[in-house]
Amino acid sequence: MDPFLDFAEPVLDNLDLYATGLWTTLRICWWSALLALALGTVVTACRVSPVPPLQRFGSGWVLVLRNTPLTVVFFFVAFGLPEIGVNGEYYWFAVAALSLYTSSFVAEALRSGVNAVPAGQAEAARAVGLTFGQSLGQVILPQAFRTSVPPLVNVLIAMVKNSATAGFFGVAGDLSWVGDTLTSGRGYAVVPVLLGVVIGFWVLVLPAGFLLSVVERKVAVVR
Amino acid sequence: MSARTDTDPTGTVLYDVLGPRGRRRARICTAVVLVAALAAVLAVGRRLADHGQFASGKWAPLFDPRDDSFELLWRFLGEGLRRTVLAAGLAIVVSLVVGTALGVLGALLTGRARWPLTVLIHLLRGVPVVIAIFFAARVLPDLGVDLDVLWYVVIGLVVYNSVVIAEILRAGLNALPGGQREAAVALGLSRTATLRLVLLPQAFRIMLPSLISQIVVVLKDTSLGFIVGYEELLRRGNIAIQTTKNPLQMYLVIAIVYIVINASLGRLAEAVERRTARSRSAGRAGAGPGEQAGPGEQDLRPALVTHPVEDEPPAR
Repeated sequence: MDPFLDFAEPVLDNLDLYATGLWTTLRICWWSALLALALGTVVTACRVSPVPPLQRFGSGWVLVLRNTPLTVVFFFVAFGLPEIGVNGEYYWFAVAALSLYTSSFVAEALRSGVNAVPAGQAEAARAVGLTFGQSLGQVILPQAFRTSVPPLVNVLIAMVKNSATAGFFGVAGDLSWVGDTLTSGRGYAVVPVLLGVVIGFWVLVLPAGFLLSVVERKVAVVR
Repeated sequence: MSARTDTDPTGTVLYDVLGPRGRRRARICTAVVLVAALAAVLAVGRRLADHGQFASGKWAPLFDPRDDSFELLWRFLGEGLRRTVLAAGLAIVVSLVVGTALGVLGALLTGRARWPLTVLIHLLRGVPVVIAIFFAARVLPDLGVDLDVLWYVVIGLVVYNSVVIAEILRAGLNALPGGQREAAVALGLSRTATLRLVLLPQAFRIMLPSLISQIVVVLKDTSLGFIVGYEELLRRGNIAIQTTKNPLQMYLVIAIVYIVINASLGRLAEAVERRTARSRSAGRAGAGPGEQAGPGEQDLRPALVTHPVEDEPPAR
Protein backbone atom coordinates (compact mmCIF):
# COMPACT_ATOMS: atom_id res chain seq x y z
CA MET A 1 0.00 0.00 0.00
CA ASP A 2 1.02 3.55 -0.63
CA PRO A 3 2.99 4.71 2.44
CA PHE A 4 1.21 8.07 2.45
CA LEU A 5 -2.24 6.49 2.49
CA ASP A 6 -0.97 4.16 5.18
CA PHE A 7 0.13 7.12 7.27
CA ALA A 8 -3.02 9.14 6.65
CA GLU A 9 -5.36 6.21 7.27
CA PRO A 10 -6.54 7.34 10.74
CA VAL A 11 -7.61 10.66 9.25
CA LEU A 12 -9.13 9.22 6.07
CA ASP A 13 -11.06 6.62 8.09
CA ASN A 14 -12.61 9.35 10.20
CA LEU A 15 -13.10 12.13 7.68
CA ASP A 16 -16.74 12.54 8.72
CA LEU A 17 -15.64 13.03 12.34
CA TYR A 18 -13.13 15.66 11.25
CA ALA A 19 -15.75 17.40 9.16
CA THR A 20 -18.17 17.67 12.06
CA GLY A 21 -15.27 18.70 14.30
CA LEU A 22 -14.39 21.51 11.94
CA TRP A 23 -18.06 22.52 11.78
CA THR A 24 -18.42 22.52 15.58
CA THR A 25 -15.27 24.59 16.04
CA LEU A 26 -16.53 26.97 13.39
CA ARG A 27 -19.89 27.34 15.16
CA ILE A 28 -18.28 27.94 18.55
CA CYS A 29 -16.06 30.58 16.94
CA TRP A 30 -18.95 32.20 15.08
CA TRP A 31 -21.01 32.72 18.26
CA SER A 32 -17.98 33.73 20.31
CA ALA A 33 -16.86 36.22 17.68
CA LEU A 34 -20.31 37.82 17.52
CA LEU A 35 -20.60 38.06 21.30
CA ALA A 36 -17.01 39.22 21.77
CA LEU A 37 -17.38 41.95 19.14
CA ALA A 38 -20.65 43.13 20.70
CA LEU A 39 -19.30 43.05 24.25
CA GLY A 40 -16.01 44.63 23.20
CA THR A 41 -17.85 47.46 21.47
CA VAL A 42 -19.97 48.12 24.56
CA VAL A 43 -16.87 48.08 26.77
CA THR A 44 -15.09 50.48 24.42
CA ALA A 45 -18.10 52.78 24.42
CA CYS A 46 -17.94 52.76 28.23
CA ARG A 47 -14.24 53.55 28.21
CA VAL A 48 -14.54 56.55 25.92
CA SER A 49 -17.74 57.88 27.50
CA PRO A 50 -17.65 61.05 29.64
CA VAL A 51 -19.16 59.15 32.60
CA PRO A 52 -16.46 58.27 35.16
CA PRO A 53 -18.01 55.10 36.63
CA LEU A 54 -18.54 53.71 33.13
CA GLN A 55 -14.91 54.47 32.26
CA ARG A 56 -13.80 52.64 35.36
CA PHE A 57 -16.06 49.70 34.58
CA GLY A 58 -14.61 49.52 31.05
CA SER A 59 -10.99 49.63 32.10
CA GLY A 60 -11.66 47.19 34.96
CA TRP A 61 -13.24 44.76 32.53
CA VAL A 62 -10.23 44.89 30.23
CA LEU A 63 -7.73 44.71 33.09
CA VAL A 64 -9.36 41.61 34.58
CA LEU A 65 -10.10 39.62 31.45
CA ARG A 66 -6.91 40.43 29.60
CA ASN A 67 -4.70 39.30 32.46
CA THR A 68 -6.57 36.15 33.45
CA PRO A 69 -5.66 32.99 31.54
CA LEU A 70 -8.44 31.74 29.28
CA THR A 71 -8.23 28.45 31.14
CA VAL A 72 -9.12 30.15 34.42
CA VAL A 73 -12.06 31.90 32.74
CA PHE A 74 -13.16 28.52 31.37
CA PHE A 75 -12.99 26.83 34.78
CA PHE A 76 -14.70 29.77 36.43
CA VAL A 77 -17.60 29.66 33.99
CA ALA A 78 -17.86 25.89 33.66
CA PHE A 79 -17.33 24.81 37.27
CA GLY A 80 -17.89 28.04 39.21
CA LEU A 81 -21.22 29.19 37.83
CA PRO A 82 -23.05 25.90 38.53
CA GLU A 83 -22.24 26.58 42.21
CA ILE A 84 -24.66 29.48 42.15
CA GLY A 85 -27.28 27.64 40.19
CA VAL A 86 -26.30 28.72 36.67
CA ASN A 87 -26.40 25.53 34.68
CA GLY A 88 -26.09 24.94 31.00
CA GLU A 89 -24.48 22.93 28.29
CA TYR A 90 -20.69 22.91 28.12
CA TYR A 91 -21.04 24.15 24.58
CA TRP A 92 -22.53 27.44 25.77
CA PHE A 93 -20.17 27.67 28.72
CA ALA A 94 -17.32 27.43 26.22
CA VAL A 95 -18.86 30.15 24.06
CA ALA A 96 -19.38 32.35 27.13
CA ALA A 97 -15.81 31.91 28.39
CA LEU A 98 -14.28 32.43 24.97
CA SER A 99 -16.32 35.56 24.25
CA LEU A 100 -15.72 37.09 27.70
CA TYR A 101 -11.98 36.56 27.31
CA THR A 102 -11.85 37.78 23.71
CA SER A 103 -14.03 40.83 24.40
CA SER A 104 -11.19 42.46 26.35
CA PHE A 105 -8.86 42.14 23.37
CA VAL A 106 -11.56 43.44 21.03
CA ALA A 107 -11.97 46.44 23.32
CA GLU A 108 -8.22 47.10 23.23
CA ALA A 109 -8.15 46.88 19.43
CA LEU A 110 -11.11 49.25 19.08
CA ARG A 111 -9.73 51.74 21.54
CA SER A 112 -6.35 51.79 19.86
CA GLY A 113 -8.25 52.66 16.68
CA VAL A 114 -10.10 55.53 18.34
CA ASN A 115 -6.90 56.81 19.93
CA ALA A 116 -5.07 56.68 16.63
CA VAL A 117 -7.36 59.33 15.13
CA PRO A 118 -5.53 62.63 15.59
CA ALA A 119 -7.37 65.10 17.80
CA GLY A 120 -7.12 67.63 14.98
CA GLN A 121 -9.57 65.55 12.95
CA ALA A 122 -12.28 65.99 15.57
CA GLU A 123 -11.40 69.61 16.11
CA ALA A 124 -11.58 70.30 12.39
CA ALA A 125 -14.90 68.47 12.18
CA ARG A 126 -16.32 70.65 14.96
CA ALA A 127 -14.76 73.77 13.47
CA VAL A 128 -16.58 73.29 10.15
CA GLY A 129 -19.81 72.94 12.12
CA LEU A 130 -20.47 69.22 12.03
CA THR A 131 -22.74 67.99 14.79
CA PHE A 132 -21.59 65.35 17.27
CA GLY A 133 -23.29 62.61 15.26
CA GLN A 134 -21.83 63.82 11.96
CA SER A 135 -18.28 64.14 13.24
CA LEU A 136 -18.54 60.72 14.84
CA GLY A 137 -20.14 58.98 11.88
CA GLN A 138 -18.35 60.69 9.02
CA VAL A 139 -14.97 61.66 10.36
CA ILE A 140 -13.84 59.73 13.39
CA LEU A 141 -15.35 56.27 13.27
CA PRO A 142 -14.43 55.54 9.63
CA GLN A 143 -10.79 56.32 10.39
CA ALA A 144 -10.86 54.53 13.74
CA PHE A 145 -12.38 51.46 12.17
CA ARG A 146 -9.76 51.25 9.44
CA THR A 147 -6.97 51.33 11.99
CA SER A 148 -8.78 48.73 14.09
CA VAL A 149 -9.26 46.15 11.36
CA PRO A 150 -5.82 44.51 11.44
CA PRO A 151 -5.68 44.13 15.24
CA LEU A 152 -9.30 42.94 15.25
CA VAL A 153 -8.59 40.24 12.68
CA ASN A 154 -5.55 39.18 14.69
CA VAL A 155 -7.70 39.00 17.82
CA LEU A 156 -10.22 36.80 16.01
CA ILE A 157 -7.48 34.54 14.63
CA ALA A 158 -6.14 34.11 18.15
CA MET A 159 -9.67 33.37 19.30
CA VAL A 160 -10.08 30.54 16.80
CA LYS A 161 -6.88 28.99 18.07
CA ASN A 162 -7.93 29.55 21.68
CA SER A 163 -11.17 27.71 20.97
CA ALA A 164 -9.06 24.54 20.83
CA THR A 165 -9.09 24.62 24.64
CA ALA A 166 -12.85 23.95 24.62
CA GLY A 167 -12.47 20.35 23.47
CA PHE A 168 -10.44 19.54 26.55
CA PHE A 169 -13.25 20.85 28.77
CA GLY A 170 -15.76 18.29 27.69
CA VAL A 171 -17.29 20.21 24.82
CA ALA A 172 -18.16 17.31 22.59
CA GLY A 173 -17.31 17.28 18.95
CA ASP A 174 -14.93 20.15 18.23
CA LEU A 175 -11.58 19.65 16.50
CA SER A 176 -9.46 19.12 19.57
CA TRP A 177 -12.05 16.75 21.01
CA VAL A 178 -11.72 14.73 17.81
CA GLY A 179 -7.95 14.58 18.32
CA ASP A 180 -8.30 13.61 21.95
CA THR A 181 -10.96 10.96 21.31
CA LEU A 182 -9.24 9.32 18.37
CA THR A 183 -5.90 9.05 20.18
CA SER A 184 -6.91 8.49 23.80
CA GLY A 185 -10.18 6.65 23.29
CA ARG A 186 -9.78 4.70 20.07
CA GLY A 187 -6.05 4.15 20.05
CA TYR A 188 -5.21 5.59 16.64
CA ALA A 189 -1.62 6.70 15.93
CA VAL A 190 -1.01 10.11 17.47
CA VAL A 191 0.96 11.90 14.77
CA PRO A 192 -1.44 11.60 11.83
CA VAL A 193 -4.50 12.25 13.99
CA LEU A 194 -3.09 15.41 15.52
CA LEU A 195 -1.71 16.58 12.17
CA GLY A 196 -5.26 16.26 10.91
CA VAL A 197 -6.45 18.46 13.76
CA VAL A 198 -3.72 21.01 13.10
CA ILE A 199 -4.61 21.07 9.40
CA GLY A 200 -8.20 21.75 10.45
CA PHE A 201 -7.03 24.82 12.36
CA TRP A 202 -4.82 25.90 9.46
CA VAL A 203 -7.87 25.78 7.19
CA LEU A 204 -9.63 28.17 9.56
CA VAL A 205 -6.73 30.45 10.42
CA LEU A 206 -4.31 30.73 7.50
CA PRO A 207 -6.73 32.17 4.90
CA ALA A 208 -7.75 34.85 7.41
CA GLY A 209 -4.12 35.81 8.00
CA PHE A 210 -3.42 35.88 4.27
CA LEU A 211 -6.52 37.96 3.58
CA LEU A 212 -5.48 40.33 6.33
CA SER A 213 -2.07 40.98 4.80
CA VAL A 214 -3.73 41.71 1.46
CA VAL A 215 -6.34 44.01 3.01
CA GLU A 216 -3.69 45.70 5.14
CA ARG A 217 -1.79 46.69 2.04
CA LYS A 218 -4.98 47.92 0.37
CA VAL A 219 -6.48 50.06 3.11
CA ALA A 220 -3.30 51.27 4.78
CA VAL A 221 -4.07 54.79 5.94
CA VAL A 222 -1.39 57.25 5.04
CA ARG A 223 -0.83 59.75 7.82
CA MET B 1 -9.19 71.72 23.13
CA SER B 2 -10.29 68.12 23.10
CA ALA B 3 -11.42 66.03 26.02
CA ARG B 4 -8.19 64.08 25.71
CA THR B 5 -6.52 66.13 28.41
CA ASP B 6 -9.53 66.52 30.61
CA THR B 7 -11.62 63.62 31.82
CA ASP B 8 -9.34 60.76 30.93
CA PRO B 9 -5.65 61.03 30.14
CA THR B 10 -5.75 58.19 27.60
CA GLY B 11 -8.82 59.96 26.37
CA THR B 12 -10.78 60.28 23.26
CA VAL B 13 -11.31 62.53 20.33
CA LEU B 14 -15.01 61.82 20.34
CA TYR B 15 -16.24 64.87 22.19
CA ASP B 16 -15.17 68.30 23.33
CA VAL B 17 -14.68 69.39 26.92
CA LEU B 18 -18.18 69.29 28.39
CA GLY B 19 -20.11 72.51 28.87
CA PRO B 20 -22.49 73.15 31.77
CA ARG B 21 -25.34 71.21 30.20
CA GLY B 22 -23.08 68.33 29.21
CA ARG B 23 -21.64 68.20 32.69
CA ARG B 24 -25.12 68.01 34.18
CA ARG B 25 -26.00 65.21 31.81
CA ALA B 26 -22.79 63.36 32.72
CA ARG B 27 -23.65 63.75 36.41
CA ILE B 28 -27.11 62.32 35.87
CA CYS B 29 -25.63 59.41 33.92
CA THR B 30 -23.12 58.84 36.71
CA ALA B 31 -25.92 58.67 39.28
CA VAL B 32 -27.95 56.28 37.13
CA VAL B 33 -24.94 54.05 36.55
CA LEU B 34 -24.07 53.98 40.24
CA VAL B 35 -27.64 53.00 41.16
CA ALA B 36 -27.64 50.28 38.50
CA ALA B 37 -24.25 49.02 39.72
CA LEU B 38 -25.50 48.92 43.28
CA ALA B 39 -28.56 46.95 42.17
CA ALA B 40 -26.36 44.51 40.25
CA VAL B 41 -24.05 44.02 43.23
CA LEU B 42 -27.03 43.39 45.49
CA ALA B 43 -28.56 40.91 43.03
CA VAL B 44 -25.31 38.99 42.67
CA GLY B 45 -24.73 39.09 46.43
CA ARG B 46 -28.24 37.76 47.00
CA ARG B 47 -27.61 34.95 44.57
CA LEU B 48 -24.30 34.08 46.22
CA ALA B 49 -25.92 34.15 49.67
CA ASP B 50 -28.81 31.96 48.50
CA HIS B 51 -26.32 29.32 47.39
CA GLY B 52 -24.35 29.50 50.61
CA GLN B 53 -21.29 31.07 49.00
CA PHE B 54 -20.62 33.31 51.99
CA ALA B 55 -20.24 30.36 54.35
CA SER B 56 -16.98 30.79 56.21
CA GLY B 57 -15.88 27.26 55.26
CA LYS B 58 -15.59 28.45 51.66
CA TRP B 59 -13.48 31.53 52.38
CA ALA B 60 -11.54 30.79 55.53
CA PRO B 61 -9.06 28.26 54.10
CA LEU B 62 -7.96 30.89 51.58
CA PHE B 63 -8.27 34.13 53.52
CA ASP B 64 -8.15 33.40 57.26
CA PRO B 65 -4.66 32.66 58.63
CA ARG B 66 -6.24 31.19 61.77
CA ASP B 67 -7.95 28.49 59.73
CA ASP B 68 -6.40 25.03 60.15
CA SER B 69 -5.88 24.38 56.44
CA PHE B 70 -4.76 27.94 55.57
CA GLU B 71 -1.03 27.32 55.79
CA LEU B 72 -1.12 23.91 54.16
CA LEU B 73 -3.33 25.16 51.33
CA TRP B 74 -1.18 28.19 50.60
CA ARG B 75 2.01 26.16 50.67
CA PHE B 76 0.37 23.82 48.17
CA LEU B 77 -0.73 26.71 45.95
CA GLY B 78 2.63 28.48 46.36
CA GLU B 79 4.42 25.45 44.99
CA GLY B 80 1.96 25.54 42.08
CA LEU B 81 2.78 29.19 41.45
CA ARG B 82 6.49 28.36 41.55
CA ARG B 83 5.94 25.76 38.84
CA THR B 84 3.90 28.21 36.78
CA VAL B 85 6.75 30.71 36.91
CA LEU B 86 9.31 27.97 36.26
CA ALA B 87 7.52 26.72 33.14
CA ALA B 88 6.98 30.26 31.87
CA GLY B 89 10.60 31.23 32.57
CA LEU B 90 12.03 28.20 30.80
CA ALA B 91 9.62 28.65 27.91
CA ILE B 92 10.49 32.31 27.41
CA VAL B 93 14.26 31.72 27.60
CA VAL B 94 14.20 28.81 25.16
CA SER B 95 11.80 30.70 22.88
CA LEU B 96 14.11 33.69 22.94
CA VAL B 97 17.07 31.55 21.85
CA VAL B 98 15.16 29.65 19.16
CA GLY B 99 13.28 32.75 18.04
CA THR B 100 16.48 34.78 17.72
CA ALA B 101 18.06 31.98 15.70
CA LEU B 102 15.03 31.91 13.39
CA GLY B 103 14.98 35.69 13.15
CA VAL B 104 18.68 35.93 12.32
CA LEU B 105 18.33 33.15 9.78
CA GLY B 106 15.46 35.10 8.23
CA ALA B 107 17.58 38.26 8.14
CA LEU B 108 20.53 36.49 6.52
CA LEU B 109 18.54 34.61 3.90
CA THR B 110 17.36 36.67 0.99
CA GLY B 111 14.89 36.23 -1.81
CA ARG B 112 13.70 32.74 -2.58
CA ALA B 113 15.95 31.11 0.01
CA ARG B 114 13.78 32.66 2.72
CA TRP B 115 10.61 31.05 1.45
CA PRO B 116 10.74 27.76 3.40
CA LEU B 117 11.37 29.71 6.61
CA THR B 118 8.45 32.06 6.01
CA VAL B 119 6.14 29.13 5.33
CA LEU B 120 7.36 27.33 8.46
CA ILE B 121 6.80 30.40 10.61
CA HIS B 122 3.27 30.86 9.29
CA LEU B 123 2.40 27.21 9.77
CA LEU B 124 3.73 27.07 13.33
CA ARG B 125 1.90 30.26 14.22
CA GLY B 126 -1.34 28.60 13.18
CA VAL B 127 -0.98 25.74 15.65
CA PRO B 128 -3.01 26.23 18.86
CA VAL B 129 -0.77 26.05 21.92
CA VAL B 130 -2.98 23.42 23.60
CA ILE B 131 -2.57 21.14 20.61
CA ALA B 132 1.20 21.72 20.60
CA ILE B 133 1.44 20.74 24.28
CA PHE B 134 -0.81 17.72 23.73
CA PHE B 135 1.24 16.75 20.68
CA ALA B 136 4.53 16.97 22.59
CA ALA B 137 3.16 14.95 25.49
CA ARG B 138 1.78 12.19 23.27
CA VAL B 139 4.40 11.94 20.56
CA LEU B 140 7.71 12.38 22.38
CA PRO B 141 7.24 9.39 24.75
CA ASP B 142 6.47 7.23 21.70
CA LEU B 143 9.79 8.30 20.23
CA GLY B 144 11.53 7.23 23.39
CA VAL B 145 12.01 10.77 24.71
CA ASP B 146 10.66 10.39 28.20
CA LEU B 147 10.67 13.75 29.93
CA ASP B 148 9.09 15.35 32.95
CA VAL B 149 5.64 16.79 32.09
CA LEU B 150 7.17 20.22 32.68
CA TRP B 151 9.12 19.83 29.45
CA TYR B 152 6.08 18.92 27.38
CA VAL B 153 4.49 22.16 28.52
CA VAL B 154 7.69 24.09 27.78
CA ILE B 155 8.08 22.51 24.34
CA GLY B 156 4.46 23.22 23.47
CA LEU B 157 4.90 26.84 24.52
CA VAL B 158 8.20 27.20 22.65
CA VAL B 159 6.74 25.99 19.35
CA TYR B 160 4.39 28.94 19.24
CA ASN B 161 6.34 31.60 21.08
CA SER B 162 9.66 31.16 19.30
CA VAL B 163 8.07 32.01 15.96
CA VAL B 164 6.28 34.95 17.55
CA ILE B 165 9.61 36.19 18.89
CA ALA B 166 11.19 35.66 15.47
CA GLU B 167 8.46 37.90 14.04
CA ILE B 168 8.95 40.50 16.77
CA LEU B 169 12.67 40.47 16.00
CA ARG B 170 11.99 40.93 12.32
CA ALA B 171 9.75 43.91 13.08
CA GLY B 172 12.48 45.31 15.34
CA LEU B 173 15.09 44.96 12.61
CA ASN B 174 12.77 46.55 10.07
CA ALA B 175 12.16 49.48 12.39
CA LEU B 176 15.84 50.42 12.45
CA PRO B 177 16.91 53.34 10.28
CA GLY B 178 18.49 52.05 7.06
CA GLY B 179 21.56 54.19 7.72
CA GLN B 180 22.60 51.86 10.51
CA ARG B 181 23.17 48.95 8.17
CA GLU B 182 24.68 51.14 5.47
CA ALA B 183 27.13 52.68 7.93
CA ALA B 184 28.18 49.26 9.20
CA VAL B 185 28.69 48.01 5.67
CA ALA B 186 30.63 51.17 4.83
CA LEU B 187 32.93 50.45 7.76
CA GLY B 188 33.68 47.11 6.15
CA LEU B 189 31.81 44.89 8.61
CA SER B 190 30.65 41.56 7.26
CA ARG B 191 26.93 40.77 7.13
CA THR B 192 27.01 38.68 10.27
CA ALA B 193 29.12 41.27 12.09
CA THR B 194 26.69 44.00 11.01
CA LEU B 195 23.84 41.99 12.47
CA ARG B 196 25.64 40.97 15.63
CA LEU B 197 27.33 44.26 16.49
CA VAL B 198 25.04 46.91 15.07
CA LEU B 199 21.53 45.74 14.24
CA LEU B 200 20.65 43.09 16.83
CA PRO B 201 21.56 45.10 19.94
CA GLN B 202 19.35 47.94 18.74
CA ALA B 203 16.57 45.63 17.63
CA PHE B 204 16.49 43.97 21.05
CA ARG B 205 16.04 47.35 22.64
CA ILE B 206 13.08 48.14 20.40
CA MET B 207 11.71 44.64 21.04
CA LEU B 208 11.87 44.84 24.81
CA PRO B 209 8.28 46.04 25.41
CA SER B 210 6.85 43.39 23.06
CA LEU B 211 9.02 40.77 24.73
CA ILE B 212 7.69 41.67 28.15
CA SER B 213 4.13 41.48 26.80
CA GLN B 214 4.98 38.06 25.43
CA ILE B 215 5.98 36.94 28.93
CA VAL B 216 2.39 37.70 29.97
CA VAL B 217 1.09 35.51 27.14
CA VAL B 218 3.43 32.69 28.15
CA LEU B 219 2.49 32.97 31.83
CA LYS B 220 -1.18 32.70 30.95
CA ASP B 221 -0.61 29.79 28.61
CA THR B 222 1.23 27.71 31.21
CA SER B 223 -2.22 27.05 32.68
CA LEU B 224 -2.91 24.92 29.59
CA GLY B 225 -0.54 22.44 31.24
CA PHE B 226 -3.61 20.97 32.93
CA ILE B 227 -4.30 18.82 29.87
CA VAL B 228 -1.07 16.88 30.46
CA GLY B 229 -1.35 17.00 34.25
CA TYR B 230 1.39 19.53 34.94
CA GLU B 231 0.75 20.70 38.50
CA GLU B 232 0.97 24.45 38.09
CA LEU B 233 -1.12 26.99 39.99
CA LEU B 234 -4.46 26.32 38.32
CA ARG B 235 -4.12 22.54 38.39
CA ARG B 236 -3.18 22.65 42.06
CA GLY B 237 -6.16 24.89 42.72
CA ASN B 238 -8.37 22.31 41.02
CA ILE B 239 -6.87 19.55 43.14
CA ALA B 240 -7.43 21.57 46.31
CA ILE B 241 -11.07 22.22 45.38
CA GLN B 242 -11.81 18.53 45.74
CA THR B 243 -11.25 18.92 49.48
CA THR B 244 -12.19 22.54 50.11
CA LYS B 245 -15.28 22.50 47.86
CA ASN B 246 -15.02 26.18 47.00
CA PRO B 247 -14.49 26.53 43.24
CA LEU B 248 -15.72 30.13 42.98
CA GLN B 249 -13.45 31.38 45.77
CA MET B 250 -10.49 29.36 44.53
CA TYR B 251 -10.77 30.60 40.93
CA LEU B 252 -11.20 34.12 42.27
CA VAL B 253 -7.92 33.88 44.19
CA ILE B 254 -6.08 32.29 41.26
CA ALA B 255 -7.40 34.98 38.92
CA ILE B 256 -6.23 37.69 41.33
CA VAL B 257 -2.73 36.17 41.48
CA TYR B 258 -2.54 36.12 37.69
CA ILE B 259 -3.96 39.62 37.34
CA VAL B 260 -1.49 41.11 39.82
CA ILE B 261 1.51 39.50 38.13
CA ASN B 262 0.39 40.14 34.56
CA ALA B 263 -0.84 43.67 35.13
CA SER B 264 2.51 44.54 36.73
CA LEU B 265 4.33 43.09 33.73
CA GLY B 266 2.01 45.05 31.46
CA ARG B 267 2.82 48.25 33.34
CA LEU B 268 6.51 47.47 33.05
CA ALA B 269 6.17 46.95 29.30
CA GLU B 270 4.41 50.31 28.95
CA ALA B 271 7.05 52.07 31.05
CA VAL B 272 9.87 50.55 29.01
CA GLU B 273 8.08 51.50 25.81
CA ARG B 274 7.68 55.13 26.91
CA ARG B 275 11.30 55.21 27.94
CA THR B 276 12.51 53.86 24.62
CA ALA B 277 10.22 56.17 22.68
CA ARG B 278 11.34 59.16 24.71
CA SER B 279 15.04 58.45 24.34
CA ARG B 280 14.66 57.87 20.62
CA SER B 281 12.73 61.06 20.03
CA ALA B 282 14.96 62.98 22.43
CA GLY B 283 17.93 61.74 20.46
CA ARG B 284 16.38 62.92 17.22
CA ALA B 285 15.30 66.28 18.54
CA GLY B 286 18.62 66.90 20.25
CA ALA B 287 20.60 66.55 17.05
CA GLY B 288 20.98 69.84 15.28
CA PRO B 289 21.68 69.98 11.56
CA GLY B 290 25.41 70.10 12.24
CA GLU B 291 25.54 66.96 14.36
CA GLN B 292 23.86 64.35 12.25
CA ALA B 293 25.80 61.59 13.96
CA GLY B 294 23.87 62.37 17.13
CA PRO B 295 20.78 60.20 16.84
CA GLY B 296 22.64 57.16 15.57
CA GLU B 297 25.05 57.34 18.43
CA GLN B 298 22.21 57.77 20.90
CA ASP B 299 20.55 54.65 19.63
CA LEU B 300 23.70 52.62 19.93
CA ARG B 301 24.30 53.21 23.58
CA PRO B 302 22.87 50.81 26.15
CA ALA B 303 19.47 51.77 27.50
CA LEU B 304 20.60 52.93 30.91
CA VAL B 305 23.09 55.58 29.86
CA THR B 306 21.35 56.92 26.80
CA HIS B 307 20.51 60.46 27.59
CA PRO B 308 20.52 62.76 30.61
CA VAL B 309 16.77 63.34 30.13
CA GLU B 310 16.22 59.73 31.04
CA ASP B 311 17.81 59.98 34.46
CA GLU B 312 15.10 62.32 35.63
CA PRO B 313 12.93 60.72 38.28
CA PRO B 314 9.74 59.49 36.60
CA ALA B 315 7.53 61.04 39.29
CA ARG B 316 6.07 64.20 37.90
